[in-house]
Amino acid sequence: MSTRLSRRRFIKSVIASGVAASATSGWYSAAQANRPAGTTERLISLNINGRTRRVDVLPQETLASTLRYKLGMTGTKIGCNRGECGACTVLIDDVTHYSCSMLTHSVRGRSVTTVEGLQAADGTLHPIQQAFIDELAPQCGYCTPGQIMAAVALLKDNPKPTRDEVRVGLSGNLCRCGAYDHYLSAVLRASGQST
Amino acid sequence: MTSYDVMPATELYQPVNIEDATALAARLGRKGWLLGGGQDTYGWLKDRAKRPDAFIDLTGIDVLKGIRSLPDGGVEIGSMTTITEVAQNPLINEKFTLLSAAAKTVASPQIRNMGTLGGNLCQDTRCWYYRRGLNCYRAGGNICYADSPEGMNREHALFGASRCVAVTPSDTAPALVALEATMLITSASGSRQVAAEDFFVGPATDILNMTALQADEILVSVRIPRKWADATFYHEKVADRNVWDFALVSLCAAFKEDAGQITDARLVAGGVDCVPHRLREVEQAIIGQPRNETTGEAVKVRATSAATTLNYNQFKVPLMQNLVLRALRG
Repeated sequence: MSTRLSRRRFIKSVIASGVAASATSGWYSAAQANRPAGTTERLISLNINGRTRRVDVLPQETLASTLRYKLGMTGTKIGCNRGECGACTVLIDDVTHYSCSMLTHSVRGRSVTTVEGLQAADGTLHPIQQAFIDELAPQCGYCTPGQIMAAVALLKDNPKPTRDEVRVGLSGNLCRCGAYDHYLSAVLRASGQST
Repeated sequence: MTSYDVMPATELYQPVNIEDATALAARLGRKGWLLGGGQDTYGWLKDRAKRPDAFIDLTGIDVLKGIRSLPDGGVEIGSMTTITEVAQNPLINEKFTLLSAAAKTVASPQIRNMGTLGGNLCQDTRCWYYRRGLNCYRAGGNICYADSPEGMNREHALFGASRCVAVTPSDTAPALVALEATMLITSASGSRQVAAEDFFVGPATDILNMTALQADEILVSVRIPRKWADATFYHEKVADRNVWDFALVSLCAAFKEDAGQITDARLVAGGVDCVPHRLREVEQAIIGQPRNETTGEAVKVRATSAATTLNYNQFKVPLMQNLVLRALRG
């Protein structure tokens, strides 16, 4: 792999240094001291992909912003940012949620799974990710992380779904390329029902 | 009009018991914003169309969650129960399939996982002029953009308009009105019960709010009495898209029959009025009639006899009549 600084690596390094800076700044402590009584703490622990992450979170911050801009986990995409497209789908306690439309503070004590948490420790892809590749399911790929997370939740509930059940299971995820049929085939392949 | 990806600075309170929540609601009044699943909330703030000072997150309060059977054979549903739980609950699927059928048509799977029954009932209307933060009647101004010569009002009201022509967006509200549910409401100064039919208010009563909830009040639960548990139900929602979309017209119907005749019936339409719209004329006309196509053809025009159409929503008149026909055809 080239040692050239890729755009993605550059952005991630900026995000990582930003978190460190904001967590130790005087501004942060001042904001903490002026917090109205009874409102929520800002420095919280989140359980993301099985790891505990300490993050400084604004009260009105959405989970999608925290994941992407505080933790650098850019696998979760923001499409519409209004709960109308599904690109930001993550699992909270194994249930699909739109991370753009929930407050990060509401997932304290719950386990968050993003697309980064699917592969095995040795880098082997999750069977659903592999099936999406084998079926050439994505076209542009922007909605794919959301589609994968919806498929993971679906197959946990229903390991052998029919094509129509998959259609319902993925109905909260838009694909502007229109690759829906490929996604359906990929989920069926992942469930062991070869197409 | 500009919209933003992030919300403006807003405080967040996460009470874990109902007393703290009601105390906060009383203290903050209209500057506080009760938060359920938040699916009708964050867009308002991202668009800067509404600006509360603080969220009061109710989802951490355990007594507001869950579905219990009542001693009288009815069911009580906590307001912070998710729509998915309502759609999948065995008690509701056994006795009140009208509600579970309606819940299954709400928005998208993810929104049903996050959104709560209380939020679905208390959500604000989707009129886009109002949603965009324009200073219309409902926002406290003195004009209705939808009911103007060039207003885009294909989704707006046939009934009950008074200055504002917006409609109820809720899918579960018509089902609960049909099932004669009761809303339990609490505040720092006491509790009260309101019939579902009186819980939703039209613009002639209160143009700024869709429900009878006051600023310091919290919807605790919804109680469905046993009365309609053994009825036969019909539910249909017509929308432009099967997922996400709000109803153009939806119909929730419950029939009690004896010896081939309808003895009692409730028909409630969504998407045609600011409140779930009861079809009283139809209900009265079908008592004593058999539930079939002939009855449907004979009574369907009564569903829309009081309709006042706007420029672009005339299509809702035959749509509503045909839904009544299909409900009676069974």
